[in-house]
Amino acid sequence: MSVHPIIAALRKHKAGTILIAAQIALTLAIVCNAVFIIGQRIERVHRPTGIEENDLFLIQQQWVGAPSGDDPAGAEKLDAKLREDLAALAALPDVAAVTPINSLPLLNSSWNGAVALKPGHGDFDGKARTTYYFADERLMATLGLKLVAGRAFDAGDVQHRAFRDQSVAPVAMLTKALADKLFPDGQAVGKVVYFDGGSTPSTIVGVVERLQVPGTGSWTNSFTWYSSIQPVRLNANFSRYAVRAKPGRLAAAMRAAVPALYKVDPMRVIDDKDGVRSFAEIRQSAYRADVGMAALMGAICLVLIAVTAAGIVGLTSFWVGQRRKQIGVRRALGARKVDILRYFQAENLLIAGAGTVLGIALAIGLNLLLMKYFEMEHLPVPYVLAGVAVVLALGQAAVYGPARRASNVPPVEATRSV
Amino acid sequence: MFGYYLDLALRSLKRNKALTALMVLALALGIGATITTLTTLRVLAGDPLPGRSARLFYPQLDHGPREGYVPGQSEPDMTMAYPDAMNLVHARRATRQAAMALAQAKIVPQRANEHPYFTNGVMTTADFFALFGVPFKYGGGWTADDDERRAPLAVIAEDLNDKLFDGADSVGRTVRINDRDFRVVGVLKHWAPQPRFYTQGLGGRSYGDGDAVFLPLQSARAARMGPQDLECYSNLTDINHIETEPCEWLGVWVELDDAAAVASYKAFLDGYARQQVALGRLQRPSTALRDMMAWLRHVQVVPDDVRMQTYLAFGFLLICVVNTVGLLLAKCLRRSREIGVRRALGATRRAIFGQFMVEAAIVGLAGGVLGLLLAELGLWGVRHQPAEYASLARLDLGMFALTFAVAFVSSLLAGLLPAWRASLVAPAPQLKAA
Repeated sequence: MSVHPIIAALRKHKAGTILIAAQIALTLAIVCNAVFIIGQRIERVHRPTGIEENDLFLIQQQWVGAPSGDDPAGAEKLDAKLREDLAALAALPDVAAVTPINSLPLLNSSWNGAVALKPGHGDFDGKARTTYYFADERLMATLGLKLVAGRAFDAGDVQHRAFRDQSVAPVAMLTKALADKLFPDGQAVGKVVYFDGGSTPSTIVGVVERLQVPGTGSWTNSFTWYSSIQPVRLNANFSRYAVRAKPGRLAAAMRAAVPALYKVDPMRVIDDKDGVRSFAEIRQSAYRADVGMAALMGAICLVLIAVTAAGIVGLTSFWVGQRRKQIGVRRALGARKVDILRYFQAENLLIAGAGTVLGIALAIGLNLLLMKYFEMEHLPVPYVLAGVAVVLALGQAAVYGPARRASNVPPVEATRSV
Repeated sequence: MFGYYLDLALRSLKRNKALTALMVLALALGIGATITTLTTLRVLAGDPLPGRSARLFYPQLDHGPREGYVPGQSEPDMTMAYPDAMNLVHARRATRQAAMALAQAKIVPQRANEHPYFTNGVMTTADFFALFGVPFKYGGGWTADDDERRAPLAVIAEDLNDKLFDGADSVGRTVRINDRDFRVVGVLKHWAPQPRFYTQGLGGRSYGDGDAVFLPLQSARAARMGPQDLECYSNLTDINHIETEPCEWLGVWVELDDAAAVASYKAFLDGYARQQVALGRLQRPSTALRDMMAWLRHVQVVPDDVRMQTYLAFGFLLICVVNTVGLLLAKCLRRSREIGVRRALGATRRAIFGQFMVEAAIVGLAGGVLGLLLAELGLWGVRHQPAEYASLARLDLGMFALTFAVAFVSSLLAGLLPAWRASLVAPAPQLKAA
């Protein structure tokens, strides 16, 4: 089939041709970028935190009238209270393990600092941002972390100190990502690091495979996997407990936890809403905005595609109606039905092809604009190619109905005066 | 004549029900999406204190190190260290001035069987209420003297007053906060400016409910309340005494009545920064003095996602309009013969043009009505999102009018090309073909 008659015909329908091409171009530009945003959000939501998330929940509470913990005697009292709580939780029939902890991945409550290879302030050599986790020796069992080198903390490593005390534990564990950044040779265990530009060394005893930081905002993007863990029970007038329920017993363990704590000491605040939360809830609330945005973008894409398809159907139908006589003449001169069908399909392919060329340029332009004003990465080529394929397929699907109707125009139409 | 066009347009629209429905629906979707996102954006980027915001300014100083300082380019810090905030407040160079930080306040109810709970508090200085025009239901604020005396006084919000005192005039009564007794001196009327401008930079939410407790800064600190956000720019020795540590945690707002006052305050601020540099307390002399709306833009209080959605919605509307142009064009060219007959019978080009514009306008109005319903539906969806601004998303009268303006204008724009093409139809060939 020659393209020439198609182009000659389209010349007579400049406005309609340009409109369809423009609509396809705009649709391609928006759909490409929207799908890219969806892809990014989905990727973000599905990255593993490094912990075993099932059967895990978090309790946060605050004691009323407790000492401040700023003097040693107060810290001792708080630690006694903390250990009582831990014992009570560990004794529950549905609880497998429990650890005091200052935060959890995705909790968006974090204590951030820096870790360096050399002591002292102002030395930025080998320094990396990190988030601190403080927990006891049952951390690995409770969170289900994977040890990849060295050893986990044992009970002898664990210290306790006041929350506001700035001292550093003599031993620490790092995530593999952080260990590899500080020690590119991969030999972190046994080496010494300094936290927060301090001068107290901490020896790395073990490396865990993965542990995400609590923050999920974009400001944490540069250190998402750079967690460090110190074997410390922090003593303050508030505390958090990560609790692993026995398999399948999460709900029961969560129900039993609050009464058990009130039994130990009724003078405390446990928020009805945020006091006890399963990790699934924590995850959900951390990524709610991302999931919402992805859903919205998805909806916009679908509606856009539907509107564009409808526009193509409408205009092509009109063209078919307008050209009934010409189609009849072609049929009378020997064109088969399939030739007529192919003609309209080729015509659409030509228009959509022109539209996609413009659309690719628009998609890239829009992407650059979004990059300028928002946190956005370069639009990868596969997204553009997929968008082009979708838009071309959409055009063919939309034109099929009207083209079929055109191919059914009988040759006798040629003899009628329209 | 208009009535006749209307009749013609309605007849024509009825003839192609599917096509008409498609045009109206596409336009309505575009308008619905645009109005939904615009309303959300407008609420989020709104003026928290209309009539007052232009006189409120947020001074900033820079505690960064000398390294990396580029004169005229380094952006000063979001918050201030205690000595600087207090110096600015005590200098009284503005009409009014207040320093503030946010803190969690632990409320211990005095009645039996009620658990203690946390609520949002503000630690601030005496001018806060007059500065922001905060309305009182009972009593009033405290004085600068009370600030200095560390008087254990409190101003509470209406909600908290309802909860603790069943809405009675509680001035003079005691509320237990962070295990200390505070005497209530004032109860606010509902006060929740949106966005919550004074929480920006202090680690607070940007939208949502107002705060429940307002305490004099130094008495709150005496009750061991800590700021929500604390940035330390050098090593700490004692985190309990952040007043003397190299930490920033306070925001300062000042009221300046005219341009001269603004210029003179900026000069004062610059002078203060230079003086502190000379004293060695600061390393960088850069300052900033933004008015409220500029400050809110600077901290990008409107979430990125919301702004992006608005742009996308406009793109969406553009596609819908292009789509409507195409369909209207198809429709009107199909009626070339009818146009030819009308022209032959004496209708002018203007008349044909008018007739098709009326048809486009009807599509636009129908699209607007449907778009309004879709926007209400969209906003209902926004309200049921878990975002902190969710409950604010409501259509107001201005947006209601804007919906129709957008619908009308976009449909007229969409109608221009088809109507113009229609008016160009020459009568003779059409009649001959028939």
